[in-house]
Amino acid sequence: MRLAVALLLLLLVSPACLAVDTPDEMLPDPTLEREAQQIGQQLRCLVCQNESIEESSAPLARDLRHAVRQQLQQGRTAKEIRAWMVQRYGEFIRLRPAFSPATALLWLMPLLGLMVALFLTCRLWHRPAPPPAPLTPEERRTLDSLLKKD
Amino acid sequence: MPLTRRHLLAALPVLGAAGLGLGFIRMLHGLDRGQFDPRAINTPLTGQPVPDFPALSSLPGQAGLTREDFRTMTQPVLLSVWASWCLPCVEEIPFISQLAASLAAPQEGRDAPLALWGLCYRDQPASAARWLERAGQPFTRLGLDQDGQAAIEWGVTGVPEAFLIMPDPQVGGRIVWHGTDALTDAAYQTHVVPYLKAAP
Repeated sequence: MRLAVALLLLLLVSPACLAVDTPDEMLPDPTLEREAQQIGQQLRCLVCQNESIEESSAPLARDLRHAVRQQLQQGRTAKEIRAWMVQRYGEFIRLRPAFSPATALLWLMPLLGLMVALFLTCRLWHRPAPPPAPLTPEERRTLDSLLKKD
Repeated sequence: MPLTRRHLLAALPVLGAAGLGLGFIRMLHGLDRGQFDPRAINTPLTGQPVPDFPALSSLPGQAGLTREDFRTMTQPVLLSVWASWCLPCVEEIPFISQLAASLAAPQEGRDAPLALWGLCYRDQPASAARWLERAGQPFTRLGLDQDGQAAIEWGVTGVPEAFLIMPDPQVGGRIVWHGTDALTDAAYQTHVVPYLKAAP
């Protein structure tokens, strides 16, 4: 039982699978290393395009991981590092695209959906339900006979 | 039937959906015709000055490659990025050799209109030397980028790639074209030749 709990806890705390190939790629400072991983997870590996550079084992991804860590150690901010990457490889390298006229619809879609849903809800909420149609003479007769049976 | 506010409101989502649909149709047609590729590598350096990159040494007996070389260039340069371990480069190299031979052939009263330089990406000097031997030494300058740092400055994502750089005294060389596929005769005619014709 204790083992099961321990394993479950381990499962909960284990970070996303990362491809840092050798431990010496990692920075000695854990805070800085965590920041490097966060930056790297938002940068596309341009060789295997649906992976981030933190997940990929491609040589270019390794070089870019190294570049991220080197620049963090030099005191550059995440924003500066992303700008450095975009300057060389374009917006395509960002897995989370920046807000721009081209991506506005993408970013605003949840808000738009929510607004449409609210609008529809309000309309339907306030509309009174139509009263039921009066019974036809035939229905009335059927109902009477059913009631009489009891 | 008079047009009421209700009708206009009802038309809004229909028009929105129609607009989206038209957009998707255009995207799919672009995919078919090859005008739109969602996986295409961006080439943000096109139109930009040559980036600052670490000076690269070369093989013995051959000129290396530095940022300074682009400041002093007098004719357009086609920079080919390649590696001896890269299979698409094997397909590309016959065209490069052929281009080098035609550039070296004497033309009446003028220099060759184009210089062919090479950037060798993450390769071992011995393998690179054997490769160049077989290809007939196509490059007049060669930079060995053994740690891949220069390639990052150039925005190279894989081999082979190619750049066309025009002389620009103000910024010291300007990239006018960045090809992210193997160089073929068709690509050369489409992307490189028009710039050479327009050059003075």
